[in-house]
Amino acid sequence: MPTTLSRAVNEALHHALATDPSVLVMGQDVGGLGGVFRVTDGLQKDFGPDRVIDTPIAEAGIVGTAIGLAMRGYRPVCEIQFDGFVYPAFNQITSQLAKIHARSGGRITVPVVVRIPVSGGIGAVEHHSESNEAYFAHTAGLRVVAAATPQDAHWMLRQAIASDDPVIFFEPKCRYWSRGEVAADADLPLDAARTVRPGSDLTLLTWGSMVETCLAAARAAEEEGHDLEVVDLRSLSPVDVDALTAAVARTGRAVVVHEAPTFGGLGGEIAATLAERCFDRLEAPVLRVGGFDVPYPAARLESHYRPDLDRVLDAVDRSLAY
Amino acid sequence: METYRLLDPDGTLRDDPAAEHVDAELCRALYRDMVLARRLDSEAYNLQRQGELGLWLQCLGQEAAQVGSIRAIRDDDQVFPSYRDHAAAMCRGITAEALLAQWRGVRQSGWDPAEHHFGIYTLVLAAQLLHAVGYAMGVARDGTDEIVLTYFGDGSSSEGEANEAFNWAATVHAPVLFFCQNNQWAISTPTSAQFGAPLHRRAEGFGLAAQLVDGNDVLAVRAATQRAAEAVRRGEGPALIEATTYRMAGHSTSDDPTRYRSEAELDHWRTLDPIDRLRRLLEREQWTDEAFVADLDAEADALGTEVRRVCRALPDPDPAAMFAHVLPTGSPTVDHQREAYAAYSASFEED
Ligand SMILES: Cc1ncc(C[n+]2csc(CCOP(=O)(O)OP(=O)(O)O)c2C)c(N)n1
Ligand SMILES: [Mg+2]
Repeated sequence: MPTTLSRAVNEALHHALATDPSVLVMGQDVGGLGGVFRVTDGLQKDFGPDRVIDTPIAEAGIVGTAIGLAMRGYRPVCEIQFDGFVYPAFNQITSQLAKIHARSGGRITVPVVVRIPVSGGIGAVEHHSESNEAYFAHTAGLRVVAAATPQDAHWMLRQAIASDDPVIFFEPKCRYWSRGEVAADADLPLDAARTVRPGSDLTLLTWGSMVETCLAAARAAEEEGHDLEVVDLRSLSPVDVDALTAAVARTGRAVVVHEAPTFGGLGGEIAATLAERCFDRLEAPVLRVGGFDVPYPAARLESHYRPDLDRVLDAVDRSLAY
Repeated sequence: METYRLLDPDGTLRDDPAAEHVDAELCRALYRDMVLARRLDSEAYNLQRQGELGLWLQCLGQEAAQVGSIRAIRDDDQVFPSYRDHAAAMCRGITAEALLAQWRGVRQSGWDPAEHHFGIYTLVLAAQLLHAVGYAMGVARDGTDEIVLTYFGDGSSSEGEANEAFNWAATVHAPVLFFCQNNQWAISTPTSAQFGAPLHRRAEGFGLAAQLVDGNDVLAVRAATQRAAEAVRRGEGPALIEATTYRMAGHSTSDDPTRYRSEAELDHWRTLDPIDRLRRLLEREQWTDEAFVADLDAEADALGTEVRRVCRALPDPDPAAMFAHVLPTGSPTVDHQREAYAAYSASFEED
C-alpha cells in the first residue's frame, strides 16, 4: 500500500518510540494536535505525554534541553514547527549540538535529531517556506539530510535516530501528502546519494522538494530526445561526492537544482567540487537553478520564485548547447 | 494578584473610581470599535473559506483586549503588534485592504508603520518585543514623551527573546508597555503547559510594574492601560499588562481546535463575550437607542461589503515585486536576476 510521506515519518517515529525507550519526541503541538502537519498524529496517545512532549514555545529550549537529555542518555527527536522558526535555536544547534562531540574530545555524543518541515510550495505566509539547509551544511559537526520520498522519509529517519550523530532532518512540506511505497528494509545508508532515474546526456543533481520537479523535467526532456539522469543527494552534509562525481563523469554535464537561494547555496559547493574532481570530463560548466537571492516572496509569487520544470529545462538546454 | 475588572459579565459596572469616567459616549465608541472589528474578522474568515485569502488568524473574542488598550494610549505612541491584532490595527486607521493583503499573499505587509504608528505584523514570535524595547530606548534618548506598546501572546512569552526584552526594558528603564493577550491557548498548547508561574508574577520578578486585567472587559482594559501608560510616560519605568481573554476561533483557518479543546470550555467563554458584555451595560444604562443600533448595523454591513470588494480587487503582484526592496541601496546580484527573469519570462510570450 503506498503511504504518504507524512505517514512514513509518523511510522518511523512510532517504531523508534516502540523499540527504544530512550527515544523522546518533543516540539510545539506535537502531542494532542499531532503537529501542525499531523506528522506526530496519535503518538502521544500511544506513548504518553512523557515521551511525546508538548514543549513551551521556545526553540532554543527545545534543542538546548534535547542536548541535555542526550547527555543523560536519551535520544530526543525534536520537531521545529516551520523552517523559518529554527533560528531561535540556531545558537544551540551550531555552537552546541554541532561542536560538543569535538569539544569534549569525543567523550560526549549528542544523538539529537532535529526535524524541520522545509521549503515552499504550499502558499504559506512569510517565514513558513524557507530552504535553509545551507546554514546547517556549512556547520561542521552536523549531519544534514533531506528526504524526498516516503521510503527515504521513513528509513532515513530511523537511521538518523539510531545514529550517534546530531542530524538535521529536512522534510519537504509540499511533499507531505505525496504517496509512495515504503519497503520492508532500508535500501541505502543515510549518507548515500540515490540515482532516481538513470540517463546518459546530463545529470540533474537535486534533493528534497525539487526531486519531483527534476523527474518531471527529465520526462519532458525525453520527449525531445534527451536522456537525463536524476540524482537525489539525500545527504547534504556530508555529500556523497564519489557518487556525484561518478555520475557526472559519465554524462559530462550537470545542473544542480535546489529551492534555496542560489548565492551561497549548496549548488555552488557541488559545482566547485565537480570542477575539482572531474573537470576534464565536463562538456559544459555545472549550472545552477535555484531560488532567487531575495526574501521568499508573498504566496502569490512563489510559483515565480521556486524553480519549476521550465526553469530546469532552460538550464538543461543551455548546458546541452554548450 | 486579583484580576482587575470594571464591568461584570451581566453588564453591571463595579464600584471603582475608574467607573466614574465611564459614560455613554465612551461606551458607544468602544462598542462601535469592537463591532466593526468583529465584522471585518468574520468577513475575512469567510473570504478565506472561499479561497480568496490564503490564511486568516481571527481576533474573535479578543476585541476588548485590543480596543481597550489601543484606545488608552496616544495616537503617536508607537505600537509593535503580533499578528492577530486586527481590532487594534483598525483603531489606528489601517484599512481592510491593507489588513488583508498579507493574508491574500499579494505582499508581505500592508501598511506604513510610521503613518499609523503601528508596526507591520511580526510572525516570528516575540521578536517584536525586543524591537519595542529598542524603539523605546530611542524615544527616551530623544527626550520626547511618547511610550511604546507591544502586543504578544501567552505562548510567545516562553521565547527567550520575550524574556530578554522584559529584562532589558527593566534594566534600562525603557518607556515600554508590554501587553499580553493571554487567550489561554498557543495553537493546541494550553497556558498550563506554557508557564509555571503566571506571567504577571514573572513580570514582577523582572522588575516590571505588572497588572492582571479582565481582557474581556473593555472598560477595565482601557482604565488599566491608561494608568500603566501614564506611569510609563512619567518615567516610572516599563510595565506589563496580562489581559485574560480567550481565542474563540481556531488558531488560524488551518487549525482544527476540536482536536484539543472542549465545547464546554467554549460555552463558558461565550458567556463572557466582550461585545455582549458592553451591550448589556449600554442597554442597562439606556445609553443606546434605535438610531445608534441601526446606524452601527448599517456601518458594519457597509464595512462587510467593502472588505469583500477590496479583497477580491487586490491584484496579483507583478513578479518584479519580489526583487524590490531587498537592500535599500540595491544589489547588482538582484538587479541581474530581475532582468534575467524578465527576459526569460518574455521568451515564453514570443513562443
Ligand atoms: C519563533 C516561532 N516559533 C513558532 C511559531 C509558530 N507559531 C505561530 S503562532 C504560535 C502560537 C502562538 O501562541 P500565542 O503567543 O499564545 O499567540 P496566539 O496565537 O494565541 O495569539 C506558534 C507556535 C512562530 N510563529 N514563531
Ligand atoms: Mg495565545
